[in-house]
Amino acid sequence: MLPEMRQMLPEDRRVWRFIGVVALLVALGIPLSVALGVQYDYTLTNVALGGALLGVLCGMTGTFAMLRGQSLLGDALSHAALPGVALAFLLVGREPFALLVGAAATGWLGAQLVGTLTNTTRLKQDAAMGIVLASFFAIGVALLSYIQGRADASQAGLDKFIFGQAAAIVQRDVLMLAAACVLVGATLFAFWKEFKLLTFDPDFARANGYPTRRLNLILSSLIVAVIVLGLQLAGVILMVGLLIAPAAAARQWTRRLEQMIVLAVILGAFAGGSGAVLSAVERGLPTGPMMIVVACSLVLVALLFAPERGVLWQLWQRRTAHQLTKEG
Amino acid sequence: MTDQTYALEINDLTVAYQNKPVLWDIDLHVPSGVLMAIVGPNGAGKSTLIKAALGLIPRASGDVRFFGKPLRQARRLIGYVPQRGSVDWDFPTTVQDVVMMGLYGRLGWLRRPGKAEREAAFHALDQVGMANFAGRQISQLSGGQQQRVFLARALVQAADLYFMDEPFAAVDAVTERAIVSLLHTLREQGKTVIVVHHDLQTVTEYFDWVTLLNVEVIGSGATALTFTEENVRRTYGGRIGALPPALNGSTPQREGVYVA
Repeated sequence: MLPEMRQMLPEDRRVWRFIGVVALLVALGIPLSVALGVQYDYTLTNVALGGALLGVLCGMTGTFAMLRGQSLLGDALSHAALPGVALAFLLVGREPFALLVGAAATGWLGAQLVGTLTNTTRLKQDAAMGIVLASFFAIGVALLSYIQGRADASQAGLDKFIFGQAAAIVQRDVLMLAAACVLVGATLFAFWKEFKLLTFDPDFARANGYPTRRLNLILSSLIVAVIVLGLQLAGVILMVGLLIAPAAAARQWTRRLEQMIVLAVILGAFAGGSGAVLSAVERGLPTGPMMIVVACSLVLVALLFAPERGVLWQLWQRRTAHQLTKEG
Repeated sequence: MTDQTYALEINDLTVAYQNKPVLWDIDLHVPSGVLMAIVGPNGAGKSTLIKAALGLIPRASGDVRFFGKPLRQARRLIGYVPQRGSVDWDFPTTVQDVVMMGLYGRLGWLRRPGKAEREAAFHALDQVGMANFAGRQISQLSGGQQQRVFLARALVQAADLYFMDEPFAAVDAVTERAIVSLLHTLREQGKTVIVVHHDLQTVTEYFDWVTLLNVEVIGSGATALTFTEENVRRTYGGRIGALPPALNGSTPQREGVYVA
């Protein structure tokens, strides 16, 4: 019998070791930022924790969203959530939970509409997404301007949903995000092999008698919930970036779904946490763009330098092959 | 009504896409223990027939039984090899992991694959000549190797009836031989295998049972009796380029496209 029957493959051990090193580096970011003069008072601690927890959520669900080819659907969904936020505000006022429900409602509606348009008209999915995304977002912006125009003090900050605002995070938000982390993590853990099979080969899962429709619904609901929870921090425009970027970077370095999701969670925590802290320290910097700048730098590094899948690696391989043929 | 000796029994099966019938009033009785090819032109509904039987696509009407049982009670008796192009081979996982997916259904909810499952997967990989690839990333496999991984995943299901969707499509010679020898092993074990096949040249050589399909069933039965030139012509409607040597020789006659 071959060694892989009994113990971990050397390739896998290498990947896990790499993930460990990345986790260590990310953890070192905290004392480093303190050394650079960042003072973690009550507010900033909440901001950093909130951003990191959102990143963890994004890493967990983004891994599946990306592998299921639903990245752009997530984008349409987050844009479509904006009118829901505005409507909920008009109906019940600045009630955090109501805003979330409103966002989820129109976001879900937008995603459904993409499906309906694709199935019933001759529009392709990308065109349907473009239309839904733009029209829902336009309605959302129009509603926001209307709200802004009313002489009402309580409206302050609603426009922060567009680019995100982490400075407003309070302890209750952090607790909610932590609860979501536990819930999403537990669900993924419980249905791990089912979600893996469903993502890789839905037909085979169905032929095996799995209730694929229900499993799909659970997984999609997790993704929707994370997007909605993240809107206030990351903003509707860039939310999808935080969802997909950590997963995309993690894919470059890993060879198993287990490795990918763990690395995506670590990278997500780093992008979310550092993005939130950067935006809170420099007053006026919107949070979403900061998180995305960090997350996308990670993707860039991964695309360039990852072994086997990275651009540089492949260039180098091509050169070696070229030289071999020359010499031969 | 139903006969236990039939591995697969289909009555009055009709499948439609947007009101256009893809399969029309299919009646099919496949005896237990045969190697059966489903042949027919592109768009004849070969894959659709398998998918409709397995409940992967909705059927407009019809009744399907496996060893006399409805699908719900027969899941554990059925192994399935989808078309290999139907999944993303860049998915982050290893060969052995994919094969173990064939055991998930038996494991049940909340339980994780362990040593027994790893060994079963390894054994199945050995049967298709892929034991050395167990730890390999699936993105590094060739087409033929991907096909053999899918076969191994069906093997661990330890089913009595196998459905294989185009396993011979665009594979290398090594893989083709591996599949053929696997088919023979399965027949020796008394299993029934139903294969969507596109190569008319090899039907007589590989299969002892055949179903000719073009939206309707043109013919179904023992290859020697059913795989006749007339039936092949009726199935392909004269649009056939190269007839198998055994069937070739007489003057071609055009019948036009045979569609219900």
